Amino acid sequence: MRPVELSKNVYWVGAVDWLTRDFHGYSTERGTTYNAYLIIDEKVTLIDTVKSGYCHELMHRIRNIIDPKKIDYLIVNHVEMDHSGSLPQVVQEIQPEKIICSKMGQKALTQHFHQPDWPYHVVTPGEELRLGPNKTLSFVETRMLHWPDSMFSYLKEDQILFSSDAFGEHLASSERFDDEVNQDVLMHEATKYYANILTLYSPIVKKLIAQVEAMHLPLKMIAPDHGIIWRKNPKKIIDAYSRWCVNESNGKALVIYDSMWHSTEMMAKSIAGGLQDKGISYKLLNLQVNHHSEVMCDVLEAGAVILGCPTLNNGLLPRMAGFLMYMRGLRPTNKIGAAFGSYGWSGEAVKLMNTAMSEMNFRLIHPGLRVQYVPEHGQLQECVELGHIVGQALLDAKAGNKAV
Amino acid sequence: MKKHRCQICGYDYDPEVGDPDNGVAPGTAWEDVPDDWACPICGAGKDAFDEL
Repeated sequence: MRPVELSKNVYWVGAVDWLTRDFHGYSTERGTTYNAYLIIDEKVTLIDTVKSGYCHELMHRIRNIIDPKKIDYLIVNHVEMDHSGSLPQVVQEIQPEKIICSKMGQKALTQHFHQPDWPYHVVTPGEELRLGPNKTLSFVETRMLHWPDSMFSYLKEDQILFSSDAFGEHLASSERFDDEVNQDVLMHEATKYYANILTLYSPIVKKLIAQVEAMHLPLKMIAPDHGIIWRKNPKKIIDAYSRWCVNESNGKALVIYDSMWHSTEMMAKSIAGGLQDKGISYKLLNLQVNHHSEVMCDVLEAGAVILGCPTLNNGLLPRMAGFLMYMRGLRPTNKIGAAFGSYGWSGEAVKLMNTAMSEMNFRLIHPGLRVQYVPEHGQLQECVELGHIVGQALLDAKAGNKAV
Repeated sequence: MKKHRCQICGYDYDPEVGDPDNGVAPGTAWEDVPDDWACPICGAGKDAFDEL
C-alpha cells in the first residue's frame, strides 16, 4: 500500500476497489478506484477522500508519507459518497483547518453529513490558494459535471488538473498511469464512463472544454477521481471528450432488442442482414445478455439505434422498458431511429418505442414494423428492407447529404 | 404565469416563488428575469430553459 508520486511532493493516496461489479446499476466488470491526492508544502492538502470502507487504505497510504494530523486543508471536489463516504472519519482524525469546496459543495456536504460547524471554506471561481513557496492551487467550478457541487482543482507549479469525476473510468489496476495500461481497455472504460455518467451533460462538457482552452492552462497531467492518471497523453482523453460532447457518429448501427419466442429476434436478424447488404457495421444486442450500461457504451457513438420488442400485456417487455428509461435519462442525441416487434393481438410496443425515440429527438425514418405472431418469408423481407433504409440513411449522413 | 424547466438539471423556475437568493423577487415573470440570471442549481443560462 505504497503511495505513488505524481511529481515532487504530490502523491496518489487513494484506494483500489477490485470487488465492485455494480455501481448503482452501471456494471463495473473491471472494478474501480477512488483516487485521493496529497500535496505537501507549508500547508499540507488532501484532495478528496474515498468510499466508506476504504478509509484505512487512504490513511495507511497517507501515514507512509506524513502524520495525517499534519493535513491542514481538505478539498472536496465532489460530494458523492464514493469520494466522501469516509469524510466524517477523515475529518475527525485530521481535524483540518479548512474544508474547501464549491458553494453547492457546502450545501451538499451539509445535506449529506449534517455537520454545519465543519470549517468550510467556499472557493470563488478562479480563486488562488497558496499552500507555501512551491505549490498554488486554483479552482474551476464545474457544476453538473456531474453534480451541482462538482469542481476541478489545478496545481499551478506542477501543471496538474485534479478533475474529479471528469476524464476518469472505472478500472481497478495495479498501475496508476495511462502509459502503463492496455490502451484499448483504458479507452473502452473511459468511453463507457462518459456514456453512462456524462452523456446528458454534453452541452456543459462542450462549454467547459472551450473555457479551459481559453484559459490556456498548461496541462502536464490530468488526475481524475476514478481510474488512471493521464501523464503521458492527457490530450487523448480531452480529444475524446471533444468528440463525444458534440455527438459525433461512428456511422455504425445497433439493433437492440428483447424477444419472447424468437419472433422479434428473427426480425432483428433480418434487419441486420439489410444493414450488412449496405456495408454497415452493426451489433445485435439482445438485452437478455447485454447489460444496459454496456449497451449505452455502444449507443454513445452509434449513428443508428433500431429498437425491437414484442408486446406484452399491452406494453413493453420489462427489460426494454427499463432500458428506455435509462437511455432517455442519458439523452443521447443525433441518432437515426427505427422500431420493430412481433405481437399477438394488440401490438403497442412499436408505438411506445417510437414515442420514446421521438422524445429523444432521434430522426425516425420508418413508421415501424410489426408482425403478428411469427414472421414468414415476405415479412422478413420487409425487415431486410428496413435494414436497407437505415443503412442508406447512414451512408447519406456520412456523405454529408443529410445530417443524422 | 408560466413555469420554465432547466434542460440541464431539471430545476423548475416558478414565477410565484422567483429566486430571491439570487435577486429575483417572487412574482417575477420569466420574461422579466434578467438575461444574466443563471440556474441556481447548475449555472445554465436562460437559453437552457424550456417552457412547461
